[in-house]
Amino acid sequence: MKQSQSFYYDLRRAAFRRGLRDGIPIGLGYLAVSFTLGIAAQKTGIPPLGGALMSFLMHASAGQFAALTVMAAGSGYLEMAFTELVVNLRYVLMSCSLSQKIDNRYSFGHRFLMGHYITDELFGIACACPGKVSPYYYYGAVVVASPGWILGTFAGAAVGNILPPIAVNALNISLYGMFLAAVIPPARKSRVIALLVLLSMLSSLLFSIIPGLKELSSGFQVIILTLLLAGIFAFVAPVREEAPHDD
Amino acid sequence: MTTETVLYMLTGAAVIYLLRALPLTLLRKPIRNRYIRSFLYYVPYATLSVMTFPAVLGATGSVISATAGFAVALLISWFDGNLFRVAAGACFTVLGVEIILQLL
Repeated sequence: MKQSQSFYYDLRRAAFRRGLRDGIPIGLGYLAVSFTLGIAAQKTGIPPLGGALMSFLMHASAGQFAALTVMAAGSGYLEMAFTELVVNLRYVLMSCSLSQKIDNRYSFGHRFLMGHYITDELFGIACACPGKVSPYYYYGAVVVASPGWILGTFAGAAVGNILPPIAVNALNISLYGMFLAAVIPPARKSRVIALLVLLSMLSSLLFSIIPGLKELSSGFQVIILTLLLAGIFAFVAPVREEAPHDD
Repeated sequence: MTTETVLYMLTGAAVIYLLRALPLTLLRKPIRNRYIRSFLYYVPYATLSVMTFPAVLGATGSVISATAGFAVALLISWFDGNLFRVAAGACFTVLGVEIILQLL
């Protein structure tokens, strides 16, 4: 039926537009973070276009900084693969979580494309969506966020430190603002989530202080604490059987 | 840029893509197990909170401006929740505080 076809077209367009809107602060934050990444790439001997290519291929801040370290040391491809596995393992958890959140009315093929763009921030806004998330919403955000990441790396490698540090600092915090915008509004509605957020931050603080634990890479800390806290909460406060994503 | 550099990049990118895309494509059907569903429901809140704090305190030039930005982001996300306003509020707070700190 023609009418229902145009209805779904409008739905996709609306989702894409919402994605564009929510992607803007991510793109701006990415510009700042990847700018410093570009400077680091340039120091490793990677030209601006090479830095941009790397950012397009990886879309991972910690992962790319780690990759530069491996390249600078010339440690070999196995070392590269293992380093990236460890640093980016948290994406497995995010991907598992996102797999349950994607609207299954859309084609399966979307998952191969969306997979390339699972970043902390894009995952964050997808989680913040009430109910299921449309691939088109995700693409909308990707279309503004990803160029920010790629162009920032290019600019950082090409022109180095032209932004005053004060502006870089201000842009840096926006990434954390995005994380908070994803977890705080649900925490306001649910005491269980509020407690989880609070405990997560406190235990993360402990992990950054306690000797023996603070030496762990931040990637590992995120994995351990996520498994521990989400594991305990799932046991103590299992979600209702119906519509677990509708909070 | 050498071929070696490109191969390094491709190796890293391949590992990252597999980490991201495998669960997304293998876990296609809704998970029925209540414990696993609850676990996955809580994962984002734990992950994002752990990544935010205390890392946010070192995100700017000084702990003071970072704390101010963090506090403002918390307040706006609690009372308003709009992603853009939270991010912009945090940015301008850090900018303002750092300008004041430089003048002091």
